[in-house]
Formats: sequence, C-alpha cells, structure tokens
Amino acid sequence: MADRIWVYAEAVEGTLTSTTLEMLTMATAAGEAEAILLGSAPDDAVGALGAYGARTVYRSDDPVFDEYLMRPAIEAVAHLVEMHHPSAVLFASSYAGRDVAAGLSARFGCGAISDVSGFALLNGRVEATIPALGGSYVAKSTLVGAGPNLLLVRPKSVEANPVGGTANVEPVPVPTDDDVRQVRIVDRVAVPVEGPQLEGAKNIVAGGRGLKSAEAFHMLHELADLIGGAVGATRAVVDAAWVPYSMQIGQTGKTVKADVYIACGISGAIQHLAGMKSSKHIVAINTDAQAPIFSVADLCVVGDVFQVVPQLIEEIKKRKGLG
Amino acid sequence: MHVVVCGKVIPDSSVTLEIDPDAKRMRRTDVPHELDPAAASALEEALRLTEQHGGSVTFVTMGIPDASVGIRRALAMGASAAVHLLDDAFAGSDTLGTAKALAAAIRQQPRFDLVVCATESSDSYSGIVPVQVATLLGVPALTFAKQVFVDGETVTIHRQSEEGYAVVTAALPALVTTTSGINEPRYPQLKGIMAARKIEIQQRSAADLSLGPDDVGDSAARERVLSVGAPPSRGAGRLIHDEGDGGREIADFLAQAGVI
Ligand SMILES: Cc1cc2nc3c(=O)[nH]c(=O)nc-3n(C[C@H](O)[C@H](O)[C@H](O)COP(=O)(O)OP(=O)(O)OC[C@H]3O[C@@H](n4cnc5c(N)ncnc54)[C@H](O)[C@@H]3O)c2cc1C
Ligand SMILES: Nc1ncnc2c1ncn2[C@@H]1O[C@H](COP(=O)(O)O)[C@@H](O)[C@H]1O
Repeated sequence: MADRIWVYAEAVEGTLTSTTLEMLTMATAAGEAEAILLGSAPDDAVGALGAYGARTVYRSDDPVFDEYLMRPAIEAVAHLVEMHHPSAVLFASSYAGRDVAAGLSARFGCGAISDVSGFALLNGRVEATIPALGGSYVAKSTLVGAGPNLLLVRPKSVEANPVGGTANVEPVPVPTDDDVRQVRIVDRVAVPVEGPQLEGAKNIVAGGRGLKSAEAFHMLHELADLIGGAVGATRAVVDAAWVPYSMQIGQTGKTVKADVYIACGISGAIQHLAGMKSSKHIVAINTDAQAPIFSVADLCVVGDVFQVVPQLIEEIKKRKGLG
Repeated sequence: MHVVVCGKVIPDSSVTLEIDPDAKRMRRTDVPHELDPAAASALEEALRLTEQHGGSVTFVTMGIPDASVGIRRALAMGASAAVHLLDDAFAGSDTLGTAKALAAAIRQQPRFDLVVCATESSDSYSGIVPVQVATLLGVPALTFAKQVFVDGETVTIHRQSEEGYAVVTAALPALVTTTSGINEPRYPQLKGIMAARKIEIQQRSAADLSLGPDDVGDSAARERVLSVGAPPSRGAGRLIHDEGDGGREIADFLAQAGVI
C-alpha cells in the first residue's frame, strides 16, 4: 500500500498558501497525499487541495480553530494521527505550522525535523534533506522511535504542480476539552503593505547596508520597476528602519525564489542567504571582492552601488528605448 | 512576577559556523561564544516587564562550559539568577531532549509566572523548542510576539501573522516567544557588570533534573543525522571589476536571462 502522507493545509487572506500546494506536490511524489484543513477557508479550498493531489481532505470549519491558538489544532491532528497512522505529516515552516508540529512532538514524545527541503520514505523510514547553516551544508536526517514522522517544510522547496484530481471530504472530530481554549485570539489586525509584493515576484532587487540610507532605495525601486520586480532588503536595513519588515528577506523574513535576484550592497550573511539562495540567477554588486554574497552569485560585480546601479538603469532604459 | 528566560549561548557572529563531519554536529568548541542576540531580545523583554510590574528574572541555558560568557552577559543586563544546564549527558540532545531539560529546570524554580523564549535561536533556528517546553509544562504558549503586555493575571501579545498581527491572550503562568526586532537589547552598564560578578551561576546536571539517557542526549535523540555534505555547487560565478561598464555587463546578463 502506498504511504499516506499528510499535509497540514493553511489558508491566509482567503487563499491556500503557496507552501500548502508545494507540500502537496512533495507528498504526491512520495506516496498518497491527504490534507488536513481546519478553521475558516475559502469556498473552493477543498477543490484546490484535490487539484494539487490530495485524495482525502480532513476538514472542519468549527470556529474553535479560528478563535483559539494552536491547541485545538494540535488536539484534532493528534486524534487523526492516532486513528489513521499516516507515514509522515508535513507542516509549513510558518507561524501555525511550527506551533502545531512542536505541540505534536511534545505530545507524542516524538521527533520533528525543521527546515526540510525534500524527503523520501524508505520502508516507513523518513530521510529528510535539510540545507543547514543557511545552505552552506546539506544534511540528511531521519527520525527514530515511536510516533508520527513530523516534517517542517521550507517554503519554495519545490514548484507546486496541479495534477487535477478531486478529494473526498472526511469530517474532523472537534476537540471539546476546555483545556484547548487556553489561548484566545481576540482580534486580527491587517497591516497593509505597499507596492509589489515579494511573494510571487518574478524578479527581485534587494538592498543592504551598503546603500547607506533609506533614500538610496529609490534607485532600487526604479530598477525593480524597469525589470518588473519587487524590492527586498536585509535585516540590517529593516532594523535601521529604512524599510518595513515586510521587505525583509532571509531566515527571519521571507523566503524567495526569484528568476533574477540582484543583491545591492549586501554582505551575504548566512541568515540572508537562507532566504534567497535558491533564486535562479543571482547578481551581486559589492565593493568588497571577498563578500560572501559572491559565493552564491552567478555574476559578481565588484563595484560601488552608487556607480553601478545608475549605469544599469540608464543601460536598460536605453535598450528599452526609454531614454 | 517571576520570569524565566530560556536562551542559548552560541558561537560569536564573527565565527564562520562549521559542521564537524565526524560528529555531524555544529563545531562549538574552541570558538568564541556570545549570548544569542535573539536570547538577548527575549531577556530585554522580560527585564522591561519586571521593571514595569515588579519581580525578577532568572536566565536558563543548556550548553557547554563556554556558555558562561553569555550567562555573565545575561546577568550583567539585569537577570538576578542564572541556571546553567551543564553535563556531557546533555550533548547531542535534539529539540525534545532540550525542551525536557529546560522544562525540568523551570519546574525546579520556586515559582514562575512567565517563561520568555526567543522564537528561534540564531544558530540552529529550529524554532520548535519553546512550544515543546510549554506543552511539557502544561502552560499556554503565545508565540511570535511583536509586543508583550502583562495585566494582573493575564498576558496579551501582538502575534506576528502573514496579514499583520493577531491579538492573543491567556492566563498566567504562560510561555511567550519573542520575534527578532521586538526591542533593542540594552548594553550592560558597569554597575550591572559588577553586580553580576557576585551572582553564583547555579549548575545543574541531568541527574539533578532527574533526567536519564532516555530523556536527553544523543541516546534519546529522535532525530538522527545520517550525513552532512556540501550543497550542490552553483558553479563559480563570473567576477568582474566595475570600471564604468558594470551596468552594461549586468544588462547583458539580464538580457540573456530573458528579463529585458
Ligand atoms: C537570528 C538572526 C536572524 C537573522 N535573520 C536575517 C534575515 O532574515 N535576513 C537578513 O538579511 N539578515 C538576517 N540576520 C542578520 C544577518 O546576520 C546580517 O547581519 C545582515 O544580513 C547584514 O545585512 P547587510 O548585508 O545589509 O549588512 P552588512 O553585513 O553590513 O553588509 C553591507 C555590505 O555592503 C557592502 N558595501 C558597502 N558600501 C558599498 C557600496 N557603496 N557599494 C556596494 N557595496 C557596498 C559592504 O562591503 C558589505 O558587504 C539575522 C541575524 C540573526 C542573528
Ligand atoms: N540549549 C538551550 N538553552 C536554553 N534555551 C534554549 C536552548 N535551545 C533552545 N532554547 C530556547 O528555544 C528557543 C528556540 O530555539 P531553537 O529551537 O534552537 O530555534 C531559543 O531561543 C531559546 O529560547
């Protein structure tokens, strides 16, 4: 019998997250994919999960999952695991994903592997691939002992691939224990972000401390507009309040996988590399020929961003017949 | 209010982290150590809360002997006590083993109202130890805090979310995890540094915590590293020095990539 691999699905702002769909693609490649979807979700969510490979969707839209943090979900998933014994359960390395996986691990006394970019199952044993230390190493890990195989999956590890199926819906028993209602979600506040979004941007121009000031980001926006991209940043400049947190790329920011990533005045700390390294084409501009960012770049330009970026903007305008 | 802060002491950020291919673990010996900046933020938040509401902060870390550098720093910042979980028996613990040790140490405290952890550590960033600790302690976990408020018997946080933030609340005792950038950790003042010298660091072994080889260390680890290797190389990039033509070179590259 094929291994049953579960995906803990998440919906944000009325759509399934891209990592949910990516995990279904991974699960479909390794066995039979099934999804768990708890709380409010868009109307077509079950259809979409099916289209990306889920054969079964364990579903409850009970408000307890929206009103209380993590515990109702941990209990519901634990109950499902005890009933069905899936070969592995995949969670996104997201806010909810980490909480639920960590809670399950403590509840079952089992292990959980973080930061997984791929996995295989060999006779029920999981072999996970983890890009360690910002991708300077690749580790392979397994889990031993009783309990479910819990894997926390890095966003953008694979390309989501619709396979065009439909899913059966199985209801999820809702935990009624008062204990699960310990942490109440009182309010949700949306903080709108301006400009093109990093997630899903094809091309990205990112700036670091080498830009010296918030004003210098204007030229990055101009460059991004010319190549149809969004602007990102390092944590150093987010901490300096030159740009908002929503623009931060890296371990504690967003993970991106751009077609072209242009790093301007960025040293290339492992925490930054962790979020952008798997971009297809990487260009780096830095005055320091020894900067670690050059170790991941395809085109390494040793130079001053205040010289090179304006040159590049002029050159593109010229080629586009704009100037 | 008594607050326990769990934080790591990690290789200094100037150190290029390496993995020992034989032990398949991060190399942590013979390198300078510092208090994890993420732990410093968690501690800063705890100190601000006790300054506001009264009370004290105990810093708890599990780590090698060199971790004492970071513990001194935590005391100099203002923690009034420190517990160092120090024992070869802890070596090789996975996240759950670490969480069991931390939870056992917290349980030994005469009392605690709040535990503050950083969302993730700066060297291993698995980010799952704190919720494991909360689950083992049987207290609510409020994760990814951008702001923390305590009011009488309840704690409320602004929890980072994909859309913005959520306002989340629970009764004390509870565990909170702080996001990076929640605050700017203070620099220890001379007075604090002097006072810290007089505080005795409490060392605890696995046996002191009634933990055995099935709980902590290599033998208890559920996650086993099979191999560690170099990542597939991207191939060496082309290096050019800008002499007025850097922009044109990049434009050629972008044209080849089909972007312009
Ligand atoms: C727990 C933790 C999580 C973290 N998470 C993240 C994260 O998510 N994302 C992130 O980015 N960082 C993260 N960091 C921070 C990270 O370690 C680095 O400090 C940060 O990425 C450095 O940003 P930077 O490259 O802008 O600055 P710097 O390291 O200061 O680099 C600036 C670079 O600009 C170059 N430069 C200077 N002038 C010029 C010029 N005129 N032209 C061209 N180049 C110039 C310099 O040579 C240098 O290489 C994290 C750190 C920790 C501890
Ligand atoms: N060895 C340790 N000693 C003390 N606290 C720890 C230790 N390991 C993890 N933690 C706590 O758990 C958080 C997350 O760590 P990690 O799971 O390594 O990302 C840290 O910021 C600490 O608050």
